[in-house]
Amino acid sequence: MTLQEFNTLFQNGLSKQNAGLVQLLGLCPLLAISNTLVNALSLGLATMLVMASASGAVSSVRHFVPHEIRIPVFVLIIAALVTVIDLLMNAFVHPLYLVLGIFIPLITTNCIVLARADAFASKNRPLHSVVDAIAMGLGLTMVLVVLGGMRELAGQGTLLSGIDLVFGEEAKQFVLHVLPGYQGFLLAILPPGAFIALGLLIAAHNWQKARAERRPHAAAPMPA
Amino acid sequence: MIRQARVAARNALRTGVILFVFALVATALLVFTFSRTESTIERSEQAEKLSLLGQVLPPALYDNDLLASQQGVAPHELLGTRQPSAMWIARRGEAITAVVLEAIAPDGYSGNIHLLIGIGIDGTVTGVRVTAHRETPGLGDYIVRSKSPWIEQFAGTSLIRPEARRWKVAKDGGQFDARAGATITPRAVVKAVHGALHYFARHRAALLAEAAAPGKETTP
Repeated sequence: MTLQEFNTLFQNGLSKQNAGLVQLLGLCPLLAISNTLVNALSLGLATMLVMASASGAVSSVRHFVPHEIRIPVFVLIIAALVTVIDLLMNAFVHPLYLVLGIFIPLITTNCIVLARADAFASKNRPLHSVVDAIAMGLGLTMVLVVLGGMRELAGQGTLLSGIDLVFGEEAKQFVLHVLPGYQGFLLAILPPGAFIALGLLIAAHNWQKARAERRPHAAAPMPA
Repeated sequence: MIRQARVAARNALRTGVILFVFALVATALLVFTFSRTESTIERSEQAEKLSLLGQVLPPALYDNDLLASQQGVAPHELLGTRQPSAMWIARRGEAITAVVLEAIAPDGYSGNIHLLIGIGIDGTVTGVRVTAHRETPGLGDYIVRSKSPWIEQFAGTSLIRPEARRWKVAKDGGQFDARAGATITPRAVVKAVHGALHYFARHRAALLAEAAAPGKETTP
């Protein structure tokens, strides 16, 4: 794998084909879990882990899967991996499991995992597939974190609330009360807030993209 | 024609076998992981339950194995239960000092709120904890101990303290505070705790007789 391939994969995952902002895939967990920054980050990382292992597994067996039954086989692989991760988390990181528990099985239904397995991993070598999955997962996590931060700040005036559920009681001091005495804004925490915040993010992304496309035009290098 | 049909049949068989092999491998993987994690998960869950029980019962009240003391309780309107729930018996020496009941507040803001309520032998609440809920995060979820100490105000209450008409949230003229903008959730919890106290008062004799009878203990 060359450095350039590596860069292309990451550019696609983080920006050009960002799962959350451009492909608009995997929105179900995106909207449900992004009510606080910690929730968003945790689910984003868990999704990334599932995507990386699923893409790696799908890519390794891609020569043995007939085209007609590839989707059932991929779903089988993803569901099995998610269940394994669910069991392992339950057994070995129980406190984190109590926070994320109900969302882990939901990752199976996240179409971005299947989308990357079918669109990328089934046609590429394992290393490329894993890198692609990590880039895509990272892109999704970034969007989730920004969305979670926006909603938490607008909704309850804090950042990082609930971090103690992941890192234990001592971590409570990391909670940032950005707006002390804030009354809260319920809409931001409820599902409609997720749609509105995501809309704003997509608009910002598109605006920035449009500007970037216009710029080289205006500042075209002078002929020597 | 026949040749074509034969090729199609062979293809179908091949695909079927491949799918079967994948299903077999996936199942084997799951069985393996499950068997390796089962005991650890069970231990974590037991520890989790024990820690919750420990939060609703002061340690001075019991010296028995709480988890082993679990018994079934028939569903009852006052507990909000539709299925048999569990009860744990706290003993100090041989004497029963308290029970822990499971109760459900069915009228929360979104869905059932599951509660664990410790009640001393004299009918005083020793502690209450929420074990499962779907209240609005950041708004109604302050009933959970990890988010706020709100739920601690039940400790020390009983059917006579406060009197019946004060067993309400402050907004309804009762003695329990509730945050502005989120009264439905605490209202439901207050009602459920009050209901559980009534249940205990009404069934006290039967519950304690059942608890005292050895051999009738049912483990899940």
